[in-house]
Amino acid sequence: MSVSPLVCVKRVVDATSEVVLTEDAQGVDGRYAGFTTSAHEECAVELAVRIAADGGAATVMTLGDDDAVEQLRAALAVGCAAATHVVADPQAFGPADVAREIAAVVRDHEAAGTPHELVLLGNDAADTGDFQVGIRLAYELGWPVVNGVNTVTVADGEVTATGSGPDGHETFRLPLPAVVTVLEGGVEPRYPSVPGRMKAKKAPIEERRPTADPVGPSRVRLVLPPPSPSTVQVLGEGPASAPAVVDLFEQLGVLAR
Amino acid sequence: MIVVLVEVTPAGEVVETSREAMTFARDLAAAGGGVPIDAVVVGHPDDALVGTLASYGARRVHALTGPAYESFSGAAWAAGLMAVRERAGAVVVTAAGTARGNEVLAHVAARSGLPMAANVVSFSSLSPFTVTRQVVGGAALEEMSLSQRPAIFTLAGHAVEATPAATAGAGELVVETPDVADADLLARVVSTEEPEPDLSGTLKSARVVVGAGRGAGSAEGFDDLLELAELLDASLGVSRVVTSLGWRPHHEQVGQTGSRISPDLYIPCGISGAIQHWAGCSSAKVILAINTDPDAPMVTKATHAVIGDLHEIIPAVNAEIRRRRG
Repeated sequence: MSVSPLVCVKRVVDATSEVVLTEDAQGVDGRYAGFTTSAHEECAVELAVRIAADGGAATVMTLGDDDAVEQLRAALAVGCAAATHVVADPQAFGPADVAREIAAVVRDHEAAGTPHELVLLGNDAADTGDFQVGIRLAYELGWPVVNGVNTVTVADGEVTATGSGPDGHETFRLPLPAVVTVLEGGVEPRYPSVPGRMKAKKAPIEERRPTADPVGPSRVRLVLPPPSPSTVQVLGEGPASAPAVVDLFEQLGVLAR
Repeated sequence: MIVVLVEVTPAGEVVETSREAMTFARDLAAAGGGVPIDAVVVGHPDDALVGTLASYGARRVHALTGPAYESFSGAAWAAGLMAVRERAGAVVVTAAGTARGNEVLAHVAARSGLPMAANVVSFSSLSPFTVTRQVVGGAALEEMSLSQRPAIFTLAGHAVEATPAATAGAGELVVETPDVADADLLARVVSTEEPEPDLSGTLKSARVVVGAGRGAGSAEGFDDLLELAELLDASLGVSRVVTSLGWRPHHEQVGQTGSRISPDLYIPCGISGAIQHWAGCSSAKVILAINTDPDAPMVTKATHAVIGDLHEIIPAVNAEIRRRRG
């Protein structure tokens, strides 16, 4: 049985660049930031492409502003066959709003004869860290959901997913259709080939508008944490610092005898 | 009333982050005029575990038992937690911001149609109830309103220090067997394998962590670092680039998408200190950075630093440790 998963990605600020807030403190000012796809979602895309390789087709979707097309094309370049863009200001949408819009895409694609038996998402977005969209989506659709897994395989109408739990390596098994949220670490996202990039540049993208006005996040405002003053004590340079380092170990009581 | 979902180790002890959640709940309860705190655990707690939760202020310890709770299902745990909450009339439902805590409370939030704040670090107001939480990997904080009841949130790891209550709670054990719908058991753990022993096995609870980043140079560049970890009885933690390059396995990764650690001593070697890594290690009590770049963020944020090549410094440190041990 071939499966055509939907994989959801989000354009997020690259936290390696300096984070500057907008004047109204409601978001990160994109003029000073780089953007990327969340690490968990890069792995979700890789899993979706692998699952679809058995006769299906992976579709990537995002809810975001015009620039979020970049994240869709990145996923198309590594093997997604189709893309859907819900054009909206992502900062106005809370987790419940996003889940509702993804569910609408799933239902509409099914009505159009291109159903998704599986929806893959990142476990949490790198910017908001909400941990909720996948679970809220599952309740919207009435599907089971498994969270925070590294590997996902599909066979005989059943999803098998594995991840690291508090007691060891856990295996989940659940029936299709299903929602799965992915943690980085189980697969290595592939790099796009040159032909893949060229094809992605020209690929058509389904554009949609949100189905409803967003309720929004429960955000009051964003603030930047106060910079902590540097109080670093330099113990020395090079190998000559070894005695000072071991003195510190002794002082801290971490040098087991 | 406040309900706290408490996680328990395989050995039957309260995990550190759940102790922190109980401590935070107590602060919240005190600010609210001394409302009671009930703990919820899955399984059959022994007297020692109930006693520990009482020492952290639990009035009651609700134990979710029965076949539905024998293997983990986020939806089933949420159903049980909600049954306890509804009967007790709790106005706050909280847990540690672990994988389990965030997952179960997200189920509770979705089933309740209410917002949830993940990774809270503090509360600033009770009316309206306003919490502050980490976003963008800790590079920014979000003030978030949780004015509807119940307020649902998880506490970021090590946002507070776990401390027992000045006055213990009654710690009355209440065995619960709430019904769980079949649909809530469709996604559950079907098997668990013991993890293979490795140096990262105790990463989250290690007293000392030796860290390594791109400066390690290659998969073969870890020999001296592993020896240092052994000499200090430490765990090994690595930056994302190390796992991306395939030098070390992902479960050793420290950072926003890896483990969050809070050792007494963290020794990041050849790690520049990107925000994502800092998000995972900023709770370390003492940081000794070893780096060739004196201006690297990890160096400027550290408590102590040594400037230079880790491949020259670490062997010298290992030799010095061996020399002092005779």
